[in-house]
Amino acid sequence: MPTDIAIDEGSVPARPASYAGRVMQPAVPKSPSPENEDFVALVERIQSKDREAFAALFRHFAPRVKAFLMKGGTNEGLAEECTQEVMATLWTKAHMFDPSRASVSTWVFTIARNRKIDALRRMKRPEPEDLPWGPEAEPDQADVMTLRQESEKLAVAIAELPEKQRDLIQRAYFGDLSHAQIAEETGLPLGTIKSRIRLALERLRHAMG
Amino acid sequence: MSDINHHLTDALLMSYAAGTLDEAFSLVVATHVSLCDECRARLEAFEAVGGVLVEESDNVALSDDALDATFALIDVGLSEEPERRIAAPDSVFPTPLQEYVGGDLEAVRWRALGGGVMQAVLKTSGNDKVRLLSIPGGTAMPDHGHRGLELTMVLKGAFEDEDGYFGRGDVEVANEDLHHTPVAVAGETCICLAATDAPLRFKGIVPRIAQPFLGI
Repeated sequence: MPTDIAIDEGSVPARPASYAGRVMQPAVPKSPSPENEDFVALVERIQSKDREAFAALFRHFAPRVKAFLMKGGTNEGLAEECTQEVMATLWTKAHMFDPSRASVSTWVFTIARNRKIDALRRMKRPEPEDLPWGPEAEPDQADVMTLRQESEKLAVAIAELPEKQRDLIQRAYFGDLSHAQIAEETGLPLGTIKSRIRLALERLRHAMG
Repeated sequence: MSDINHHLTDALLMSYAAGTLDEAFSLVVATHVSLCDECRARLEAFEAVGGVLVEESDNVALSDDALDATFALIDVGLSEEPERRIAAPDSVFPTPLQEYVGGDLEAVRWRALGGGVMQAVLKTSGNDKVRLLSIPGGTAMPDHGHRGLELTMVLKGAFEDEDGYFGRGDVEVANEDLHHTPVAVAGETCICLAATDAPLRFKGIVPRIAQPFLGI
C-alpha cells in the first residue's frame, strides 16, 4: 500500500496559528454501539419516511457534521443552522443515495460540502450529470457489501498514514490548500475503492440501457 | 463514453471533491465527469476520503431542540429542490454546461474573435474565467503560453497540438511550462470549453494588441 502522499510541500504556506487543534483523530470508535448500526438500512427506511430511522441517523451524523463545518472555519451558530439543513436534505434526497458507490458518511460529506459552498462561499457549484437508478433497477447487494468493506479499509489506511500526511489531507479538505498546492498525483491509496465504484457505474449504465 | 484518452489530474479532482476549486474550473470538471466514468469513479473515491473525515470528526453537541427543528424544516418542505432536468442523450453539452448556457449549442451567444474563431464567456464568480470557443476546422488558435493553469475540454470536433489528439470529452491540462498551438482538426468546427486562472499570454504582436479588447 503506498503511504507516500505527494503533496507539493514547496508551495504550501506555513500553517496558520488558528490551525492548532485540527489534528485528525485516529480511527477509533468513539462510542461502541451506534458505530455498528447499519446506516444503509437506516437510509432505506428513511426512503419510506421512517422518522425513527431518521432520528437514529441524526444522532450519529448531526454532531459530526457540525464539527466538520466548524473545523472548516464556520462559526457555531451558522454551523448549527447548516447542520439542520444538511440533515433535512438527507431526508429529501434519501431516494438518490446509491450504496454501491458511496458509504452513508461519504454521502453525508457531499451534502455538507455543497451546503458549505452555498452558505459560506456563496458560490454556485456545477454538479456532474446525475445517474439515477431507473424505476426497476436496484443496486447489486454484493456491490453494496464490497463498497462497505472498501470504505472501512480506506478509513484504516488513512488512519495509518504518517501524521504529516494525514495533516496535509485535512488541510486540502478543510480549504487550506489550493489545487495548485496539491501535486498532480496525490498518491492516496484509492485504487481499490475506485475500481469498485467504476464497476458499480458500469452496472448502472447497463441498467439505464 | 469509452474513447476519452485525456483525463483530469488528481489535484483537480481532489479540490473539486473537497469543494475548494473555483467555479470556472469546477464547471470544466463537472462537464468532463458527466462524460467520463473513469474520472467520475476517481472523483467519488476522493469523496470517500471526505466521508472518512466526517466519520472521524469530533462530536459537537447540537442545541436541545435540533432534531425537532430539523423535522420542522422537513415538514415545511424547505429542503425540497426542483427536479433537475437532465440533458438529452444526443446533446452536445452535458447537463452542468447546459445549466450555464441556458440550453444546448444553439443557445450560445457567440462573439466573433476574427478568422472565424468565436467565443462566449460564461458568467461565474471568482477571478478564474471559463468560456466556450468555436474554432473552424483547420484553423489554429493563436500560439500562447500561460501564467497559470488552463483546462481545455473538447465538446465537438477535435484539436491537435504538441500533446496529441483531443476529441470529444478529452481535456488538456496546461500550465506555465506548456507553450502549445492547438489546431482544430480539418472538417468539423471544434467546440471547446476552456477555463483559465490567468490571462493568456500570446506570442504574436497582433493578438497582444487585441488581447484587452477580446478579454482573453
